[in-house]
Amino acid sequence: MTSFVLRRIGFYVLICAITLFFAVPMLWIASAPFDASPGLGVHWPDWTLENFRKTLAHPYAMHSMVNSLLICVTTAVAVTAFAALASYALSRVRIPGRDALLYGLLLLSSVVTGTAAMVPIFVMMFQLGLIDSRFGVALVMTGGLLPAAIFILKDFVDAVPKSYEESARVFGASTLQILRDVVLPVARPGLATIMVWAFVNSWGNFLVPFLLIRSIDKQPGAVLMQTLTDEGGSVNLQVLPVFSLLFSIPVVVLYLLVNSRYGFRFHGGIKS
Amino acid sequence: MRPLSRLTTAGVLGAAALALLTGCLGSSGSGSSSGGQDANRNADAKKVELTFGSNSVKGGKSSAGATFISDVLIPKFVAEQKGKGVDVTVKFQGDGSDDEVYKQKLSLDLSNKSGPDLFQIDGIWVGEFAQADYIKPLTDTVGDAAKVDNWDGWQQIPEAVQALGSYNGKRYGVPGGTDGRVLYFNKKLFQQAGLPADWQPKSWDDIISAGQALKKISGVTPIQINAGTAMGEATTMQGVLPLLVGTGSEVNSDGKWLGNTAQLRQVLDFYHQVYSTGLGDPVLQKEAKGRDKSFAEFAANKIGILLESDYFWRSVVEPKEGVAKMADRDSAVGWAMIPAMKPGAGVKGQDFVSMSGGGATVINPNTKYPQQAWEFLQFMNSADMVKASLDGAAKITQRSDVNSEVLKSDPMLSFMAEKVLPITQYRPGRAEYPKVSAALQQATADVISGKSTAAAAAAYQKAVETAAGGKDKVTSN
Amino acid sequence: MASPSTPVRTAAPARGRAPARDVAGLGVGRALGFVAPALLLIGAFLIFPALWTIYIGVTNYRLTGVEAVSPSMVGLSNYTRALDDALFHNALWLTMLFVLGSAIIGQNVLGFTLAWVLRRARPAVRRTVEALTLLAWILPSTVVAYLWVAFYDRDGGTLNSLLGTPGTAWLIDYPMACLVVFNTWRGTAFSMMLYSSALQAVPPSQLESARMVGASGWQTLRDVVFPHIRGHVLTNTLLISLWTANDFSPFLLTKGGPNHESETVPVYIYNVALQGGELGYSSAISFLLLIANLLVSLVYLRLLRRRS
Repeated sequence: MTSFVLRRIGFYVLICAITLFFAVPMLWIASAPFDASPGLGVHWPDWTLENFRKTLAHPYAMHSMVNSLLICVTTAVAVTAFAALASYALSRVRIPGRDALLYGLLLLSSVVTGTAAMVPIFVMMFQLGLIDSRFGVALVMTGGLLPAAIFILKDFVDAVPKSYEESARVFGASTLQILRDVVLPVARPGLATIMVWAFVNSWGNFLVPFLLIRSIDKQPGAVLMQTLTDEGGSVNLQVLPVFSLLFSIPVVVLYLLVNSRYGFRFHGGIKS
Repeated sequence: MRPLSRLTTAGVLGAAALALLTGCLGSSGSGSSSGGQDANRNADAKKVELTFGSNSVKGGKSSAGATFISDVLIPKFVAEQKGKGVDVTVKFQGDGSDDEVYKQKLSLDLSNKSGPDLFQIDGIWVGEFAQADYIKPLTDTVGDAAKVDNWDGWQQIPEAVQALGSYNGKRYGVPGGTDGRVLYFNKKLFQQAGLPADWQPKSWDDIISAGQALKKISGVTPIQINAGTAMGEATTMQGVLPLLVGTGSEVNSDGKWLGNTAQLRQVLDFYHQVYSTGLGDPVLQKEAKGRDKSFAEFAANKIGILLESDYFWRSVVEPKEGVAKMADRDSAVGWAMIPAMKPGAGVKGQDFVSMSGGGATVINPNTKYPQQAWEFLQFMNSADMVKASLDGAAKITQRSDVNSEVLKSDPMLSFMAEKVLPITQYRPGRAEYPKVSAALQQATADVISGKSTAAAAAAYQKAVETAAGGKDKVTSN
Repeated sequence: MASPSTPVRTAAPARGRAPARDVAGLGVGRALGFVAPALLLIGAFLIFPALWTIYIGVTNYRLTGVEAVSPSMVGLSNYTRALDDALFHNALWLTMLFVLGSAIIGQNVLGFTLAWVLRRARPAVRRTVEALTLLAWILPSTVVAYLWVAFYDRDGGTLNSLLGTPGTAWLIDYPMACLVVFNTWRGTAFSMMLYSSALQAVPPSQLESARMVGASGWQTLRDVVFPHIRGHVLTNTLLISLWTANDFSPFLLTKGGPNHESETVPVYIYNVALQGGELGYSSAISFLLLIANLLVSLVYLRLLRRRS
């Protein structure tokens, strides 16, 4: 009995410690936006909404959020759709060299998301006439995120029991019907998770939109955040915390939405 | 090994994709402009479109500059041109990021013969850009030497300031304003430490002894001289170079870069003296936001002496809009010229020294409208527009006529213009400079983290040889 | 309703876990059609730039200065330079520490612990902890960087207030430890989710019988749970290791400083490319990083094969 009690206590101490570990660093974003003299440290705020007024009055802050949404929704939808199709085909039909292909792509993606590829990406987009285009930015990001998305989704689709599709076929369902009515409902949580993952990853990307976009009114929030400084490069601590807070809202909302509708988990996915 | 052979498949597929894409690239053709262009192209166009690029943005970095260009300068220019019957549209392409990142982005555009028609760059980039053929001497771009050289604005811009937009003795652009560096000090702390309110050190030893007096006040960092790599160019400009010119040496003289010389070691010794004896805060120099913090600490009366440019006075401790406001700035902040190591030991035998920087506006050689771009450049640098760009604030501009008018009201800035600018030095606008600068920053980083001066200087020598491209391009003794 | 064309399933024999038969009646034609859009995008925006990067790596290309107009082929000298470059060695070493500390140990262990412990926790507790963990994962990296700069801050930072150690400059004195803790915080959610789903694959009856024979918690984990989730552990470790090795967010916290003490390879590549402008050299290092990734993956594939 005592051992049980001790174990319960141990359990809650562990849970509390982990909760604190994850929660404490987030305090800054809960206090600094409302603080009359925001600093880089966390302290009990001297409550004010002045920072919000300043941020809303910023000429590009709110508009950059719209740009971020345009770019990232496109990216997330494209990544999910193309990765779903590809991973389904790769899972159900044997293509020679499939695994090597997957690993090779996964490895390459690490090079291209880095700084070194900025020249090739820029020159290519320049030649394609996609400079200063939000669509172009979404394309580049999609290309960078697809390999990992396919890799994760394929294992996930592997886990969807094939007997479902077999029985559907026995009843004379067409491929599209099978996809729509059998595979999709089972795969939905996985797709939703990948979509959030793609959205989040493109939401924070600075270098790609920075290099490819020219007009300030097309820049997404991640780029705008870098400009919230003064002449000497000091951070604008009145606008930045509020903008950080507002900039985080869409990803959190998306997560909550997806989580409540489909569940945010791998649902027996990644099997290997 | 099977995995390897599979990866070969992936490689083959990749190569196929490459071949495919190269085909696409070839057919879409590259930049249309060729080498020898007619400088008078579109000179008589009635409808003109120009783009003006700058690393500034409304509501962010250099907000005032961006606001002025898009809300005042451009509309005025458009109106003026309309009077001449020309329908001009000027688009402002503002950025507002880290300078190095902006430079790479601009270079990507320029290397593809694209980019804004006019753009602002830092004076120390002029050499690199010129070497890469991204910019050309104004007389080449405009095509008519007399037209450029006879612009009356040049007479108002001091020779030394013109160097900001020049490379190898040729003018590539028109400089914007400039700045200067001094030692700021906190008069309240000085009073507590028994130091005079009109303090003017005559040598480095005077700075050290003032620091020792300030050290007795608890919770005060006596001296802040930027050091280390985290501060980047701020270390070079607000640290190494002002000290170096105080030893009589320059970072580049007669085409040779500074190596491991006695003067360099004197500078590093000074750093060692400040940061190993508790006169300076070595940790602050390593922090990513160390410079911001030094501002905040100065404003909070925790730093005694700080080497900074006039930007510090105008935009940091400025009582209303500054980033680290000091309500009592006018009475609490003092300033003094930076002394040479010993009287007369400075460059050109000077007793006092300073360093200055600034940017320039240049014309893209691939612009469709070179003549109109040159008109815009002149318009932008006319006395009226330069004055208007200040928007009532006091700031050192490129034009002497404007300076003498607007700086009167501000004692600090007129001190800067009258006393500091005549003795100041500029950085060499050469392509190797950024790397040499990085090596200097590294040397100070080594010293403050405990390396000996000799070891730091030896490592610097090696780095600067790589940066300069050979032993023969580096001085040493 | 077009019925599927002749199922092409005979070409490859069934092997291992791979589903051999074309159960959905997709057909090779349609399967290729499904893969095509993804492959096209990947080819254009990934493979092509990657090959180009490899090419730049054998030149002395820069974006400014003389080398911008006329870059010359320098053969493998960028690579020989890397072998001799103390800063690159330093970056490699730090990257290994970073991956080992924050991914292989930090995220893996914490992620598994969370998955294991939360399995039987009350739904409210479970949801709260999961939500916080996920929040750390989904917040934009620029925002997260500021959170942690504030957390570690020397004056008034949360950590110093909590520990009562005012004035300790964590990011200066212990930069790598700070980054390891940060990245564990940032990425644990992925491992947690993956292990949560993996643990569902462990038959409850086996856990029950382990308890009956009086196996300790550790024995149960080792003998019952681990054999079932071994594949997950490997996949998870591979993914998070690759992501961590290529992670750029350390730059946002420390910029690689102080004095290169936290300059991992991606940060070094960035500094070489942007601060130094040496694109040829930075491309060569990128390629070396790719090779390192490849080696790690091969080891992983080895381990995975030995299992099956």
